[in-house]
Formats: sequence, structure tokens, C-alpha cells
Amino acid sequence: MSGWAIPAAICLGLVAGVLSGVFGVGGGILFVPTLLLLGLGQVEAAATSLLAVVPTAATGALRQRAYGNLRHRAALVIGAVSVVGAELGVQIATRLDEDVIRRAFGVLLVVVAARLALSARREPRRYPDVS
Amino acid sequence: MVARLALIGLVAGVFSTVFGVGGGIVVVPLLISFVGLPTHAAAATSLGAILVTATAGALLYAFRGDVRVGYALLIGIPAVAGALVGTQLQQRLSGRALTLAFSAFVAVIGVRLIL
Repeated sequence: MSGWAIPAAICLGLVAGVLSGVFGVGGGILFVPTLLLLGLGQVEAAATSLLAVVPTAATGALRQRAYGNLRHRAALVIGAVSVVGAELGVQIATRLDEDVIRRAFGVLLVVVAARLALSARREPRRYPDVS
Repeated sequence: MVARLALIGLVAGVFSTVFGVGGGIVVVPLLISFVGLPTHAAAATSLGAILVTATAGALLYAFRGDVRVGYALLIGIPAVAGALVGTQLQQRLSGRALTLAFSAFVAVIGVRLIL
């Protein structure tokens, strides 16, 4: 690990946190590459990323709770069921070609992005919604 | 309603392990289009769901000895500061601006996965 790796990791951690707070994602998308940069192996990076996601998501969720945006029951149902889904995902991942499914998911995300951009027209221009 | 939420959870779980990106990128758009939540509420609820999933996942990995706590703190502590800034910043964005920004974020990740 060279001298700039730790400051870079701190900066990337900060950016991942901002993305998490703004968009409601965990931050793993930046955590995992950062941990690989620090020299961790793929499994260790995924495992360590999950631990870093816990305080990050907790901070964002608590702040959002104060703003009245958090739907507790929905979050619990989705979170609990996704643990089961993750198990199912492991079974699927071992049976399919990794490059093919990665590209397919990329295409799906681009379609989702386009749909979101179109639906944005119906969104209120102001927040909190005063209508 | 519960059936829809459970379906979102299932899809998020499968996608996060199969594609290696977290569930949030899937949960937020589904909460918007499939459940009809406003974008701010969708992002907030996604964070709550991720908290549950990541805690379970981190515990499972920890039992196997794969978690490096020092490294998790190295990136997790700045990320907590970032999350405070991010949620604050989000409150200044309109639903429209936030949805458009999220759409751009999803598009970038989608293109990165294709290439």
C-alpha cells in the first residue's frame, strides 16, 4: 500500500457517504473498489464494505426519520426479505456466466434511468411538497 | 402492499449478490414506480432496508472471519460524516431535481456495468 492510499480511502469514504445520503444507497459501490485499492481480497472487501455500510445507512436513516421520510414497516419488510433474496442470488450467480448477467443488468439500469427521467416531469418542483 | 414490498426485497437481495452492487440502486426506483412513494421517502426507506440487510450480511461474514474492522472504520467514519452532509443536501432538492439526479446516477452505473 503506498502513502496516498489511506488519504484516498478517507476521501472516497466521504464521497460514498454523501452519495448514500443523497440517493438512499448503501455506498458499497464505492466502498468495495476502495477496499480493493487498499489491498483487500474480493471476499474481504465485500464483507468489510457491508460493515462500513451499517453506520452509514444508520446515520442516513436516522436523519431521514427526523425529516419524516422513513417508512419503518416498508423498510423492515424489504430488508428482511432481501436477506432471503441474497441467498437465492448466490444460487443463481454460480449457475450463470458473470459477464453476460453483468451487461444485462447494465442495460436494465439504463432503461430504469430513462424511465425515472421521464417520471421526473410529474414530480413537484418544490420540496417539501406544499400542494 | 406487503406483497409488493416483499417482492422488492427479494429482487434487491438477488440483484445485490448476482451483480455485486447494493440493493439501494434497485430499491429506490422500485419504491418510486411500483409503490408510488415520493423520491425523498423512497431514498429514506431504502436506507432503512439496507441497514437491516447490511447488518445481517456483516454478521454472517464476521462469523467466517472475513470482516476487517480497522478498514471498515477507515472508510465508515468519513462515510458517516458524508451521510450527514448528503441527507442535509437532499432536503434542499425538489422531488424533480432529486429524481433527475438519481436517474443520472443509475445511468452512469448502468453504463459502467455494460462496458
